Amino acid sequence: MTHLIVKNGFVYDPMNHVDGEKMDIAVANGKIVEKVEEKKAESIEASGMIVMPGGVDIHTHIAGAEVNSGRLLRPEDHFRDVEAKTAITRSGVGYSVPSTFTTGYRYSRMGYTTIMNPSMPPLEARHTHEELNDTPMVDKASYPLLGDWWFTLEYLRDGKIKECAAHVAWIMVATKGYAIKIVNPGGLEAWGFGQNVRSIDDPVPHFNLTPKEIIRGLCKVNKLLHMPHTIHVHTNNLGKAGNYATALDTMKCVENLASGDKPIIHITHCQFSAYKGSDWRTLKSGAEEIAKYVNHHDHVTLDLGQVVFTNTTTMTADGPFQHGLYQLTSNKWVNHDVETETTGGIVPFRYRRKSYVHAIQWSIGLELALMVKNPWRIYLTTDHPNAAPFITYPQIISWLMSRKAREKTMLRINKRARHKSLLPSIEREYNLGEIATVTRAGQAKALDLKQKGHLGIGADADIAIYNMNPELVDPSKKPKTVRKAFENTAYTIKNGEIVAKDAKIAKPVNGKTFWVNPQLSSPTEVADDMKRRFREYWTIEYENYSIPESYLATSTPISVKAEV
Amino acid sequence: MPVVSKVTCPVCGSLCDDIEVVVKNNVITDVKNACAVGAAKFLDYSNRKNVKPLVRKNGKLVEVSLSEAVRKSAKILADAVYPIMYGWSSTSCEAIRVGLELAEEVGAVIDNTTTVCHGPSILSVKDVGIASSTLGQLRHRADLIIYWGCNPWSAHPRHVERYTAFSDGRFQKSTWRAYISRLGGALSKKRLRRAINLILRRDAFATPEVTHEIPYTMFQKKRKMVLIDIRRTHSADAADYFLQVEPNKDYELLQAFRMLVADEELEVDQVAGVPVKTLEEIADVMIGCELGIIFFGQGLTMTEGKLRNIDSAISLVRDLNQRTKFLIMPMRGHFNVTGANVVSTWQTGYPFAVDFSQGFPRYNPGETSVIDILCREETDAGLVIASDPVAHFPKKAAQNLVRKPLIVIDPQTTPTSLMADVVFSPAYVGIEAEGTAYRMDHVPLPLKKIVNPPSPCLSEAEILRRILQEVRRLRSKPN
Amino acid sequence: MPKLKVLLQTVRTIDQGTGKEHGKLSEEYQESVAICQVDPEDMKLIGMREDGNVRITTNFGSVVLRLVKSQAAPHSKIVFIPYGPWASLIMNPETHGTGMPSLKGIPAEIEPALKEKVLSVPDLLKEYYKRE
Repeated sequence: MTHLIVKNGFVYDPMNHVDGEKMDIAVANGKIVEKVEEKKAESIEASGMIVMPGGVDIHTHIAGAEVNSGRLLRPEDHFRDVEAKTAITRSGVGYSVPSTFTTGYRYSRMGYTTIMNPSMPPLEARHTHEELNDTPMVDKASYPLLGDWWFTLEYLRDGKIKECAAHVAWIMVATKGYAIKIVNPGGLEAWGFGQNVRSIDDPVPHFNLTPKEIIRGLCKVNKLLHMPHTIHVHTNNLGKAGNYATALDTMKCVENLASGDKPIIHITHCQFSAYKGSDWRTLKSGAEEIAKYVNHHDHVTLDLGQVVFTNTTTMTADGPFQHGLYQLTSNKWVNHDVETETTGGIVPFRYRRKSYVHAIQWSIGLELALMVKNPWRIYLTTDHPNAAPFITYPQIISWLMSRKAREKTMLRINKRARHKSLLPSIEREYNLGEIATVTRAGQAKALDLKQKGHLGIGADADIAIYNMNPELVDPSKKPKTVRKAFENTAYTIKNGEIVAKDAKIAKPVNGKTFWVNPQLSSPTEVADDMKRRFREYWTIEYENYSIPESYLATSTPISVKAEV
Repeated sequence: MPVVSKVTCPVCGSLCDDIEVVVKNNVITDVKNACAVGAAKFLDYSNRKNVKPLVRKNGKLVEVSLSEAVRKSAKILADAVYPIMYGWSSTSCEAIRVGLELAEEVGAVIDNTTTVCHGPSILSVKDVGIASSTLGQLRHRADLIIYWGCNPWSAHPRHVERYTAFSDGRFQKSTWRAYISRLGGALSKKRLRRAINLILRRDAFATPEVTHEIPYTMFQKKRKMVLIDIRRTHSADAADYFLQVEPNKDYELLQAFRMLVADEELEVDQVAGVPVKTLEEIADVMIGCELGIIFFGQGLTMTEGKLRNIDSAISLVRDLNQRTKFLIMPMRGHFNVTGANVVSTWQTGYPFAVDFSQGFPRYNPGETSVIDILCREETDAGLVIASDPVAHFPKKAAQNLVRKPLIVIDPQTTPTSLMADVVFSPAYVGIEAEGTAYRMDHVPLPLKKIVNPPSPCLSEAEILRRILQEVRRLRSKPN
Repeated sequence: MPKLKVLLQTVRTIDQGTGKEHGKLSEEYQESVAICQVDPEDMKLIGMREDGNVRITTNFGSVVLRLVKSQAAPHSKIVFIPYGPWASLIMNPETHGTGMPSLKGIPAEIEPALKEKVLSVPDLLKEYYKRE
């Protein structure tokens, strides 16, 4: 393997408390090392450049049944954005729902090296992994949807936490999943008959338990299994006016399960759950209340789901929410229910600057990012492609770093929304260290990916080098320069190899697929129970449900010792 | 005797995965759980005519080595300006992935059998979307099951038993018993009618008049099945109600239902040969169900209106979702036609008719679809895999296909393979080779290798991989 | 000769499905696919009994097939032919910009052809797809 040395860059490595120091980073055999013999190493001159760990995205819809239906649904999205084949790369298309190869290349060119696919219907996990095998350049993982799985509902209804945990462990291995994903708990089961739940205390039809019991139950399960990530929650009532109260209820309902300062719940794309008001006309920001709660409680982490004004595609497992969006827009609508497990929906959507609601949504995301004080607790995402495609991250970075950039956009948004926005009162501007935290270090920590998100000795040599000199450029005053710098790296290094250089892919590589392998004390008991009940619940056979490890191009299991 | 169980059946889009296959000395001797078509496939697959690759020399197909056939194929594709690569729906996703890479490499148009089957359905999904689900959702919950323009009894023989009316779910039970008693009733009614006819000296075996009266069971609060078609197929016998529509009038019927669901009045006596009163009653059943599903087949996609029929059917379902829960699903034919769409979409953004001639994926059915390209005589070479266009394309298209150099990858001898310049006989995927396939509802399933293929038959994926390597070798050589 | 104007539908049948698995050059295949299913009332109109041959002609071609009495009658003036090389000879290749040829609901004429033969697959290929 090659030895590399990245010389003279301004290094931002918040996990190791390095904040813009000029230093060299040595790489050997795919890892960060103390030093390498300079003569034998390939040298990368990074003077005047920013050096960060490779980007980590905690929540981005890039693969699987839902994403692929989105691709199918949107030829008009592809016609205007194509990538031609080169001698070393595959062709592709797509602005908001790019094809798999294009997804990998674009993330890599932006300096991202690890991305998490947050929405995997267990029954269709094989599909997700097939697509991940065709998504080059990045390490990845997927979260199976477990909040409305009949086994979850039945065991939690009966108060059988340990049995529930054992079954969750089984499905984590069967589907090669990484974290417990909960979407509109209870609401998806209700959507099977076209209904929904209205609050975390509204009982799930036919199952006699509440969303609160599901959230608390799976939170306990998560602890019993010692999962690396917390439960990853898309709240009830997402996208509805007044739902900030539901988001607060969701965070509060697990408060007494926390111990120490360790987070136990992640509220994803929080912008979509931070609305005050009683309808769209009276919509207001609930960011202040949510930020206040998060600032006073250690058990919660958030990601943004930041809106950018553009034409994109919404896709979630939240079937009833997507149906609501279809009713609102009369746009084309895909619904996909998955037996005994979950639902899904897709609606194309355009966020318009001049729309009051959309402008408020835009404002809420930034308010959250700026009002939550600790950058380790809130992460930059667009819930790609729901609030915007991931290629808009550089623009969001420029908003976070520059009040001037925010004000410039404010001038062009809906007037009423501008008057209501809390942004003019916020002075805060992120520095580069904080940007490194919300785009990689914090996310890696939340995911407990110990080799990722930092440049300490022994970390994976995933490095992003951006061509911007922090001594010469004031990000506050030069948002355009910031945006341009973060759009394409000067170098992206993956596993110790230069894989992208000057906005071009230099070397196509396959990434790893992480999955969690909880070690149970008696795994056969669960397997027997599953086998017995399988045919009643699903329309495929037990033997054909589990995905063999050989199915993953580069399988990377993470073993954890469970307490059951 | 060794039994291989939980085998996925590589025949139709129902992709039943509970087949048991008895194997003795690398020969399949018995099959359990499969339908007639599935059993025929497992028991008769092995009567292939040739195992060695063939190349046409002096007008005759003669046996050659694998490497010669690969070289010849690569040369045909590398020399072509606008080759087409067609078929794909009866092979594995693994083969399709390599096929797409090969198509990209040679700048081909790659199209799958969707183009002559549910192509209009997909065009329509792109226009309006689709509200659908996996089949188990319907097994558990659907209390109104409508098959429209399709014939599951013939084309998807176990569909009703595994996924809909005759399957047991959590919230809905099988209507099998009711069907048996109804069958008995129908039989005695038939005898009675014949007796009356004899007494009245009418033609004893005259076909019955079409009746539009809706049986009372349709108004009960329990699971029911409706068949809508232009003729009374065997599938109609399993249904609670059969609605006969005049040919090419499906669009009118669908639009009439849409009006009724929207509480509008129809100011005519009948639509598509059906009295409006009957339609009103069925519309009420649709609105009143807990979860309804429309399965549709080529009776909608191929008849007059094509994609507009599907637009209308999907829109009907969209409308019904304002009143209750309603879903819709195309009855996909070949066992992995869904997989062909799925893989093509994740790699290129488009499900079929993908044109790589400009170095990136382009898609415009009607222009980049294989029938149109053939009818315009634009192509100069072809590769056909696991499909038989000479037997199934309109004459003009097939004639223009066989006029140019043609490579066929198919274990069976077919009209198309008889016309080819190079023929590969691959291992049968799902019997002699493993892989992945997608059920009609997008659920992926593994295909098993049950017996060894005869030497030198390779998997389709491997044959394509070798052709791709050879093409790259040819291209890297300085001219 | 009595001719009858009909609408032609190509269809899938379970026999065609199993016949296909037996191989496309097999007798089973020809037996199950080279057929035309006609309503008994229409059979009377052209003076035909089961198993005689009929000629079906559309704007796109003409083919001789074995007549079979329909089990799904009544469907007056509609005839059904399973997909296969025989049906393909008389299909409409027009896709109307959709990629999909018109395979159902095609206007056609049927007439008795008692003295004519149904082409076997090899003969059919020789006649229509002969390579240059």
